[in-house]
Amino acid sequence: MSVLDEDDLAPAHVTLLITCVVDVVAPEVGEAAVRLLRASGCTVTCDLSQTCCGQPAWNAGFADEAATVARTTLAALEAELERGADLVAVPAGSCATMVRVFWPELFEIVGDLEAAERARRVGERTRELTELLAERAEALPELRLWNPKRVTLHQSCHLLRELHVVDQPAELLARVEGCELVEWSGSDRCCGFGGTFSVKLPEASVAMADEKLRAVGAVGADVVVGCDTSCLLHMRTRSEAVGTPIEIRHVAQVLHEALPAGAGRRT
Amino acid sequence: MSGAHDRLAGSTLRERTAAAVTDERLRGNVARAVDRFTEHRITGLAELVDADDLRHAARGVRNQVLEDLPDLLERFADTAMSRGAHVCWASTGSEARSYVTDLVRRHRARRVVKSKSMATEEIDLNSALEGCGAEVVETDLGEWIVQLADEAPSHIIAPALHRDRQQIHDLFVERADARRSLGTRPDELVGFAREKLRTAFLQADVGITGANLAVAETGSIVLVTNEGNGRLVTALPRVHVVLLGMERLTADWQQADLLLSLLARSATGQRLSSYTSVVTGPRGHGEVDGPDELHIVVLDNGRSAMLAGEHHEMLACIRCGACLNVCPVYRQTGGHAYGWVYPGPMGSVLTPLLAGEHPEAAELANASTLCGTCMDACPVEIPLQDLLLAQRRQNATAAGRAERTAWRLWAAAWSDARRYGISTRAAGWGRWATRLAGHLPVVSAWTAGRELPRPAEERFRDRWWKGLV
Repeated sequence: MSVLDEDDLAPAHVTLLITCVVDVVAPEVGEAAVRLLRASGCTVTCDLSQTCCGQPAWNAGFADEAATVARTTLAALEAELERGADLVAVPAGSCATMVRVFWPELFEIVGDLEAAERARRVGERTRELTELLAERAEALPELRLWNPKRVTLHQSCHLLRELHVVDQPAELLARVEGCELVEWSGSDRCCGFGGTFSVKLPEASVAMADEKLRAVGAVGADVVVGCDTSCLLHMRTRSEAVGTPIEIRHVAQVLHEALPAGAGRRT
Repeated sequence: MSGAHDRLAGSTLRERTAAAVTDERLRGNVARAVDRFTEHRITGLAELVDADDLRHAARGVRNQVLEDLPDLLERFADTAMSRGAHVCWASTGSEARSYVTDLVRRHRARRVVKSKSMATEEIDLNSALEGCGAEVVETDLGEWIVQLADEAPSHIIAPALHRDRQQIHDLFVERADARRSLGTRPDELVGFAREKLRTAFLQADVGITGANLAVAETGSIVLVTNEGNGRLVTALPRVHVVLLGMERLTADWQQADLLLSLLARSATGQRLSSYTSVVTGPRGHGEVDGPDELHIVVLDNGRSAMLAGEHHEMLACIRCGACLNVCPVYRQTGGHAYGWVYPGPMGSVLTPLLAGEHPEAAELANASTLCGTCMDACPVEIPLQDLLLAQRRQNATAAGRAERTAWRLWAAAWSDARRYGISTRAAGWGRWATRLAGHLPVVSAWTAGRELPRPAEERFRDRWWKGLV
């Protein structure tokens, strides 16, 4: 599947789809992603003419609007691949799914077959971050948390059921010394975010988050980690509203914290 | 259609789901029940050599059936009639209701017993029967419970799943003259119901059932039950009426075999349900059990239109309920919040297509986070999530001006990096956006139960641009 099949660990040029949520609300996740990719031997570039993958509008049923936005980001990623990038890395399962699974469908629905074809080519080269890092795990330096943590994993829906990235996040965390991964009942159940769902049916959405938060409390984890900042934010902002804030981290942040000092910095 | 318990017109989906999630007892009952079902389903499917292969084969069978549906229906009707059944083609719920009520009047029937049938719920048959003076008794335990409570079923295979034993006990005391000393153990509750229902079976003039499958090859109706009530309903009364959703056909027994094994496993984890009953024609010459007359009402009620439309894949549904059991939204709200007959993901797709007189049903497409668990659980691989998205696209064309304008402005801004940059600059958020935001319905819906996420001081792109990453 990988274009790097011949030698997964060879230095690669990876370009980043930041995603709007990481860009605006959690830039530290993007930064962690970049450092990890570099630490695994990649050169990382990022074309700032990208905006958003268009998923909010796509999920709300506004396909034309989604396509209008998606075209901008498609062009940015395509340009990077033309400039020699091997792969696109996305620090969000949901946005990676949008590119790989829904872009071709979206462009077909709005009748832009040419864009659908281009999206397919970009999609073939697109990887969710942990999916890509797991392929390159052997090239990563030793990972160690100086402050040991009990973490529990939220498996986000699109990553799991559309991209079938099941074990990679846990495999990566298992490489980290001082990181204890605890099992969590319903770790693969939706957190209730669901894009516009969270504001169309806010009471049901919050009830879904509450059940997840109760389960986190029950396993006594220090921190909930996941691969989608949007889901994690949903759980955290709910936990803040009820006055028992939980710590949430993107998997990339935990791995980044476990890198040796200075690893992955721009050279 | 469903008049008696129809809540679509009187309330919005948000109102119904908001009310449901405040009921902790309901949420506990539903979560316990669906977890049990799901656990059984997973165990049941794990016994198969390759469950996914079988699901794929079942999907193939359903596709073939839908492709050949007109021919199969004709074959089924011919064979069934040759075995002595009467067949009525009902293109609407109202036609089906008229046929059955005429029949009840003609036979001067006073008492009707029913085995659980979602098709009869869909056309609100019970109200029509009561309207012509018949006493109707539901004989599936769960269905009897919701009938006593004057509620709609909250799950397609476990109608009273939202109630716990204590609530059922109290209902029996209140509405069915049970003694207060009646215990709350399942066997005690079932024992009470059995005694009550036995009388109804023995006195009934007409028995009404649905059909899990209809086999064209032999003109047979297949009923899947776990309580045996289906057998009594089809064997004791003089007249047996079947409400058959017109898509529930199979060509032959080989196809039926495959679907039955997946139906039972997906619904309850059983290899086969306790009773899988086959009804072929009325009581034959020299036979002891069975009705004098068998009437099969083939119900279209919007299905032909579905077959020709964008949502035709939904007709592959075999009504196992697996998608309800895994749905994280259904888990919190139960079935009544969906407002009509069919709840959960399958209901959110079906209701807008079947409840034609309710344009407001279209908003059920929003009752999903598009998490995809329903698609994974479906034994016939219906892409429920894609069908819900298709419905959302239809809804978008009819959306209000404010919503359409908001998306248009969003697309105009976010299709260009410079305008995106302006719209997401943190300074803007900090200064006035957050103050204004409180007045936007979208934002107030978010902050009803959550804090507003705080934008970072510097966006990723700012730091990248400055060479800080």
